[in-house]
Amino acid sequence: MTETRIDRRFKACADQERPALVTFITAGDPDLETSQAILNALPAAGADVIELGMPFSDPMAEGIPIQLATQRALAAGQTMEKTFQMVRRFREQDQDTPIILMGYYNPIYVRDPKKFVVDAREAGVDGLIVVDIPPEADDELCIPAVEAGVNFIRLATPTTDEKRLPAVLANTSGFVYYVSVTGITGSSNLNATDVSAAVARIKSHTDLPVAVGFGVKTADDAAAIGKNADGVVVGSVLVNAIRDSLDDAGKATDNTVAAVTDLVASLAGGVARARGA
Amino acid sequence: MTSLANSMRNGPDERGHFGIFGGRYVAETLMPLILDLEQAYEAAKADPEFAAEIAHLNKHYTGRPSPLYFAERLTEHLGGAKIYFKRDELNHTGSHKINNCLGQILLAKRMGKTRIIAETGAGQHGVATATVCARFGLPCVVYMGATDVERQKPNVFRMKLLGAEIVPVTAGAGTLKDAMNEALRDWVTNVDDTYYLIGTAAGPHPYPEMVRDFQSVIGAETREQMLEAEGRLPDALVAAVGGGSNAIGLFHPFLDDDGVKIYGVEAGGRGLEGEEHCASLTAGKPGVLHGNRTYLLQDDDGQILEGHSISAGLDYPGIGPEHSWLKEIGRVNYVPIMDDEALEAFQLLTKVEGIIPALEPAHALAHVMKLAPTMSKDQIIVMNLCGRGDKDVFTVGNMLGFDL
Repeated sequence: MTETRIDRRFKACADQERPALVTFITAGDPDLETSQAILNALPAAGADVIELGMPFSDPMAEGIPIQLATQRALAAGQTMEKTFQMVRRFREQDQDTPIILMGYYNPIYVRDPKKFVVDAREAGVDGLIVVDIPPEADDELCIPAVEAGVNFIRLATPTTDEKRLPAVLANTSGFVYYVSVTGITGSSNLNATDVSAAVARIKSHTDLPVAVGFGVKTADDAAAIGKNADGVVVGSVLVNAIRDSLDDAGKATDNTVAAVTDLVASLAGGVARARGA
Repeated sequence: MTSLANSMRNGPDERGHFGIFGGRYVAETLMPLILDLEQAYEAAKADPEFAAEIAHLNKHYTGRPSPLYFAERLTEHLGGAKIYFKRDELNHTGSHKINNCLGQILLAKRMGKTRIIAETGAGQHGVATATVCARFGLPCVVYMGATDVERQKPNVFRMKLLGAEIVPVTAGAGTLKDAMNEALRDWVTNVDDTYYLIGTAAGPHPYPEMVRDFQSVIGAETREQMLEAEGRLPDALVAAVGGGSNAIGLFHPFLDDDGVKIYGVEAGGRGLEGEEHCASLTAGKPGVLHGNRTYLLQDDDGQILEGHSISAGLDYPGIGPEHSWLKEIGRVNYVPIMDDEALEAFQLLTKVEGIIPALEPAHALAHVMKLAPTMSKDQIIVMNLCGRGDKDVFTVGNMLGFDL
């Protein structure tokens, strides 16, 4: 593949001697308009890379925060077409910040994977993370994505052993997403020492940047994880910030966008000092 | 697929596919576990000791073989083909679910796993899992939708008596698919010690194959018993399909017998026009959920729909992948039966044969009631009576306006 937005952004962060801050929100949470406003505000708040969740009725790898975010988005009427529309609108103002769609295979499968990746590329999507499609099924989605110019980012986990790692890395591009714990998103048993060893292990097999997620909650976590990782992924705390900003009826308030951007700014402070003495 | 040209019983292929269906669609954390499980199952299958252990427990613990019973009065009442019931409702724990649970718990022990998790809808699989965990002294956690916990209280209490921990799942609509999501979340968190004992012939490879193999004792016995009773194979097989484990267990040993027509009966709920049914094969379309590609109830955007059935055991928006394949190649006819038809069949069997069936096989019976009169008196139908109705008397009482 020729150089992508994701490649360029990780290089730029490396040049600044800091990890990239990768922020996750669910598309359409808590409603389309507010979600668009949050998305558009993320780069200025300090997000280097954006993961946009494609809501799915059965998010098997998610903890409660992202499950609830998904339910809010679906209840507000989010669809794949609206998610593409959000990316198109974002691209009207930002040509540099990579957007990665993250989710599950079925909503992609029913649209036809080959058509999906072309539509995603045209909307301005740079990468895909699909939780429930392993390298054994690369021919279905990963290869068509790469052919369409979309990076396919694979998850490596603590159970991905030395024997399996080459298969996981084989068609991965953009970066490798290391899942820091065995468990679901929003876990609470993050161990920076274990993570550091795992990142080193993956780096011995690939030149791709390695980003770490699942369980990063605070600026201090981001600083600790970002000491050795090339990227730090934050999701559950951001969607929790959205939830906490809603009114009693579950509707967005004047504080909703700021609740997310304030937290992102704080996390950006964490990654900025990650490589400091 | 050339190997399948000669037989319909050779699937799945080495990647777990039945035609385009099946496969392994799970998070990376689970992939090494699924591959381990596949290896362990292949090794167990090749070990005569494993088969001997299962056979011993089937006989002395479950009470197999279950009888093949000629329903004389029902046959007379319907006035057509001779009707036989494969009486898996007489098994220990009251349904076919125990066949699979015994096989899987023996496998879990061979793998050195020390903690068992399961999902359950109506609670029959939960009870069977809790039973084998008690029998083998392993801790058991059962995930059950909060809605189901409420409507299946007797089974919840049964599982607790057996020592299982019940975790009510409030996500989604709180039914079987949500329980399965939560069990997968547990498994992905407890990867070292935990064995996930799936209750139906669905999920990532090797589960659909493995559960089918453990349930095929139903069809294998039926074949032998039918040859003994009538000196020939039946003309038709009928079984209810939710996830489809009792049905595939009956069907599989007969797939290559051209003269045997096969009917799978789906829950038509309140009718197929709206969303209040669970007829994934008749009214759904292919998709990917819970580790396999199969027919699913879903909307145009790929969101999975909640099914509805009077029978909590059929209340699942998917179906085992081998059934999806058998539908596509046309070997099995899948037909819907509505709530009220099942309710009528439930009452008929009770009155005419003195057998209270579970609501799941009552769906199969409702199809037998349509089919038998169209066949001649020298033809034979075998229906899998896969569960007994004790658990359903409250539901049926409510439906009939009887104050329990």
